[in-house]
Amino acid sequence: MSKVHAWGRLGEYDHQVDILRDRSRAPGQIRAGAPGLTFGMGRSYGDACLNPGGRLWKTSGLDKLIAFDPQTGRLVCEAGVLLRDIQRVFVPQGWMLPVTPGTQMVTVGGAIANDVHGKNHHVFGSFGDQIHAIVLARTDGEIVHASAEQNADWLAATIGGLGLTGVIMEAELQLRRVDSPWLDAQTLPYNSLDAFFDLAHASEAGWEHTVSWIDCMNRHDARGIFMRANHVSGAGQSGPMPSNKKKTMPFVPPVSLVNKPSLAVFNQLYFHLNRWRAGHSRVHYEPFNCPLDNLLEWNRMYGRRGFYQYQSVVPFATAKNAIRSQLDEIQRSGQGSFLAVLKTFGERQPRGLLSFPMPGVTLALDFPNRGRKTLELFERLDRIVDEAGGRLYPAKDARMPAELFRAGYPKLNEFLGYRDPGIASAMSRRLMGD
Amino acid sequence: MPKRIVIVGATSAIAQQCARLWAAQGASSFTLVGRDAGSLEVIARDLQIRSPEASTHTATCEFTDPVAVTELAGALAEQGPLDIVLIAHGSLPDQQACQSDLRVARDALLINGLSPAYFAEAFAGTMQDQTAGSLVVIGSVAGDRGRQSNYTYGAAKGLVERWVEGLDHRLADSGVTITLVKPGPTQTPMTAHMAGHDKMAPVEQVAGDIVGAVEAGKRVIYTPRKWALIMWVIRNIPAAVFGKLKI
Repeated sequence: MSKVHAWGRLGEYDHQVDILRDRSRAPGQIRAGAPGLTFGMGRSYGDACLNPGGRLWKTSGLDKLIAFDPQTGRLVCEAGVLLRDIQRVFVPQGWMLPVTPGTQMVTVGGAIANDVHGKNHHVFGSFGDQIHAIVLARTDGEIVHASAEQNADWLAATIGGLGLTGVIMEAELQLRRVDSPWLDAQTLPYNSLDAFFDLAHASEAGWEHTVSWIDCMNRHDARGIFMRANHVSGAGQSGPMPSNKKKTMPFVPPVSLVNKPSLAVFNQLYFHLNRWRAGHSRVHYEPFNCPLDNLLEWNRMYGRRGFYQYQSVVPFATAKNAIRSQLDEIQRSGQGSFLAVLKTFGERQPRGLLSFPMPGVTLALDFPNRGRKTLELFERLDRIVDEAGGRLYPAKDARMPAELFRAGYPKLNEFLGYRDPGIASAMSRRLMGD
Repeated sequence: MPKRIVIVGATSAIAQQCARLWAAQGASSFTLVGRDAGSLEVIARDLQIRSPEASTHTATCEFTDPVAVTELAGALAEQGPLDIVLIAHGSLPDQQACQSDLRVARDALLINGLSPAYFAEAFAGTMQDQTAGSLVVIGSVAGDRGRQSNYTYGAAKGLVERWVEGLDHRLADSGVTITLVKPGPTQTPMTAHMAGHDKMAPVEQVAGDIVGAVEAGKRVIYTPRKWALIMWVIRNIPAAVFGKLKI
């Protein structure tokens, strides 16, 4: 038995951990070892990647690239391959993953199972939209090959399916051409929520990447920093290379270093520093997409009790009021977040039955775990999201009520028919009954 | 810049990671040696996609057969000078089984002790006339002092250490550098069943240390580095105290 925690470090639980060794042996391993749950890099914040007291199948041995076609940019690889490795191998060859989340330290399997999104959702959709085909191993020994042409329903169930439809063994992904690793970025401070919506709207046509940091501690109207960027095109370009120096948060402090005074200082500094730096800059894709990947184990900052992330999406029609109400609640609670991200999704309908992204506006915030007080704040936020017709992101969640999950994911019943009876997680037990 | 690289035990997790790092540095040719042709093909294909400019080859060998090892090393040396030879194979035996069945102990000594020594000797013989090159052998912290929990494995790794030490002495005047790597417990499939697997060193870190040590021409490295201190302490604990420790 080994102690395993999810990214939010809310608790450590004993698991029987097996490493899936290679793709020829893995289907046999899961058949013999079931019941269990697949575990990639453990970047899910809550309990989607946990199976306390039970078995975890770590995909670290499934890390091989299988085939690449330099004409079409189609890559076939095993499910345990890290997005970081795909980028590092293919950017020099002129190709790149079209969609990456806020960290590259996730596996291909995890990115599919959580249907992760990036800053360019309005152009490329989510990670699941880049998938041509998957190979899924079920715990009864069946191997399902699923693509748009064959078993398309299995693909729709597995994209965003939280690893519950079987173990993803392989995937065929579409890469996109790039001329260089750089982006030309623009940083724009904004001083109200209306200004954010105007900027987001105005940036959609001309900019591939859009995202904003929002100061959720500000007493007056929302203020924040809007960032938008496009890939640099054309040969012979140059720009800064990312630092290879990694820092590690060396220990877990007894209490969270993120608290009211430190947040107030940080948010002030961050806002004014970026206001001062506002304008154009050329940045490497790594620090632009994944600013925290150079600070290893940053999640330790929140101390022994860990932290929650609360990420919601609400439809455009109700977004302005719902976002404002959430920010008001957070401000009133005195609990806050310095990694507060506000961004719009594009109009594209999600491909997975349980995919999180939908047309609308998403707000993501980290909260140090202060027990009852934090959970009560979430209940108030839940009501706002529910009334606005929105939903929460399972990959980030550790506590949403099952009713909110059912309300937010109307295709849940359809999904349940595709579950592998030999696979369950703490989250599936909490939200789906088993 | 390393050019021609031979990896023995190429299916091991640490070896695979080293190969990827060397590929990223622009190595031009890899020969992957292992026992199972199918697994080697999968790894070679992966390496080829990561490094389209490089050429990858595979070779199978009976690892405990001294004649087969000698022939393989000779055949590879005939194709030109070798820049790096990494000897990385091994398997962790169950100590209890080694005690109750000496055939298990014999097999463990063969694969973890004699076999790496055969490869080191055979490649050293073919490399000694080169003016440059690195022979890298993976030992273990387990070889530093016999302990009740794993002394059969420790004895095999101790054999490797003495052998490599002697080779290093013999080749002192040649251009070939010999590096002995002593990893602490590492998160490989070999240790997956052990308690505290999640606290062990990541394979990436160990492989990074190995590639760095080869570049720097180091003789002996512990990886992660803290194991140098830990093993110094363990080697120096007086027998009277050591006898009371369950390690």
